[in-house]
Amino acid sequence: MRRALAYAALIALAAFLVAPFAWMVLVSLHPTRAPIPDYGELIPAHAQWQNYWLVLTNSEVPVARFALNSVFVAVCVVSGQLVVCSLAAYGLARIRFPGADAVFFLFVASMMFAGVVTQIPVYLLMRDLHWLDTYAALVVPGLSSAFNVFLLRQFMVGIPRELDEASQIDGAGHLRIYAQVVMPLCKPALATAAAFTFFAVWTDFFWPLLATNSMRMRTLEVGLSIFKNSYGATNWPLQMAAAVVTLMPMVVVFVLAQRWFVRGIQMSGIK
Amino acid sequence: MKSRRTGWLFVAPALIHLAVFAIGPIAYAVILSFTDWNILKGGPRFAGTGNFARIFDDGQFLRSLMNSFVYTAASVPLGMAVALGVALLVSQRLKGITFFRTVFYLPAVCSQVAIAMVWIYIYLPKKGLVNAILGWMGLPDGTDFLSAPGWAMAALVFMGIWVGLGPRMILYVSGLLNIPESFYEAAQLDGASPWQQFSRVTLPLLSPTTFFVGLTGTIGAMQVFTPIYMMTKGGPEGTTDVVGYHIYSAAWERFQIGEASAMSVILFGVVLLLSLIPMRTVWRQSEGVF
Repeated sequence: MRRALAYAALIALAAFLVAPFAWMVLVSLHPTRAPIPDYGELIPAHAQWQNYWLVLTNSEVPVARFALNSVFVAVCVVSGQLVVCSLAAYGLARIRFPGADAVFFLFVASMMFAGVVTQIPVYLLMRDLHWLDTYAALVVPGLSSAFNVFLLRQFMVGIPRELDEASQIDGAGHLRIYAQVVMPLCKPALATAAAFTFFAVWTDFFWPLLATNSMRMRTLEVGLSIFKNSYGATNWPLQMAAAVVTLMPMVVVFVLAQRWFVRGIQMSGIK
Repeated sequence: MKSRRTGWLFVAPALIHLAVFAIGPIAYAVILSFTDWNILKGGPRFAGTGNFARIFDDGQFLRSLMNSFVYTAASVPLGMAVALGVALLVSQRLKGITFFRTVFYLPAVCSQVAIAMVWIYIYLPKKGLVNAILGWMGLPDGTDFLSAPGWAMAALVFMGIWVGLGPRMILYVSGLLNIPESFYEAAQLDGASPWQQFSRVTLPLLSPTTFFVGLTGTIGAMQVFTPIYMMTKGGPEGTTDVVGYHIYSAAWERFQIGEASAMSVILFGVVLLLSLIPMRTVWRQSEGVF
């Protein structure tokens, strides 16, 4: 009885969370420029799969280019952060040096309150470096995050010290211990950090909106908003098709990766 | 001596990045807040505290700050309560539970712009999903939620809870799984009712999670931007003009860099104050790990 109730609640909730997505797909299959369908006619009589083709090949809004930009920026930011943040985490977790506590506090504190306040100065910095509307502006400000330093440090603190002491006796330096002992043991935490960072970069809207202005430099997220505001303004089926195109890669990645993603969060000590 | 240098070398790249893209900019924003600068015309001119005086005189900024408080105070506690309830549900040993966890997390990995587009549709008068459901239940079904001053903020809060459910739920699930089973066994032996077990064992042991979720939620909600930009542009009648959007329009639509910087510095102070209390707790905990 309790089980049945639990499943009923789960299914109701799942329906509540999935309904908007299902609806998005259904509307995207209606004829373009058709009036908004009534509920009785939500399932289209003839699915217009060519809507997706229209979105992907639209010459005014280069969706393929947006997607490529998003992939490139996300890959650069994720790999950069994994290196930069794991190095810092190793230094803070495995090397005893005066000032380490203060540095760690600085990272934790900045995690709490950076945000809107940095937007204008970072924009001005990018402008003065002539980096606006280039990949540098999209990638470089994202190359490190205090959150990942924190997450990886917490994980590294939990790795037994005997391991590096043994390697030290064998004559290994810190760089070697970092690369060959600690990093391989951090795989779950690194995977979590990578996933979090990837989702964050992929769905970031504000910064790419500010930092780019030409069509060829836009990311998917910004591109979609342009699509909505101009090309597909009142064309709901086409708008929804564009939204589905933007969502799909993420949904697929997430469904494939969710098992270790969820486990990684549990193991990485965010409590 | 050697380990001192090595330690700093390991930390250096991240620390330099932090200095260039977080600490430096915060300091620079403070400097800019004392200048008068239209970014399209010339450079910054020193303006003393003129920006701050103007901001507080104007009233619209304070109103946007109020709107942000309303959005935060409504969406964060409610979102946390819902997430905890769902976490209790999905932390049970049931078949296929990972499927449900995945589904509940889905909105959080999705494009915010796409989600905003769907929710615009959901809130449409007459043909939107919400009005359709109201209609089925025999209630008045003509409301244009995003254009009605009394409804727009509530509509955004509701959507915020929907989007934020997954991450909050996952954090609560991992918090719940970290509570040793033996605590509940002991409570049961003492004859504790399910409610007593929840209020005396679960909730207190979850408090670090609650702090973390509450803190990050508050910081995020105070700076919400994308749904506002996509769905209401601060309207109707300024009821959803939250501070994140207000600063955006001051800087990038009116190009008043000095004034926008002053606003962002005030927001920074407010968020700092709001996070001070839970931050102390988080810090105290992280000390134990060292």
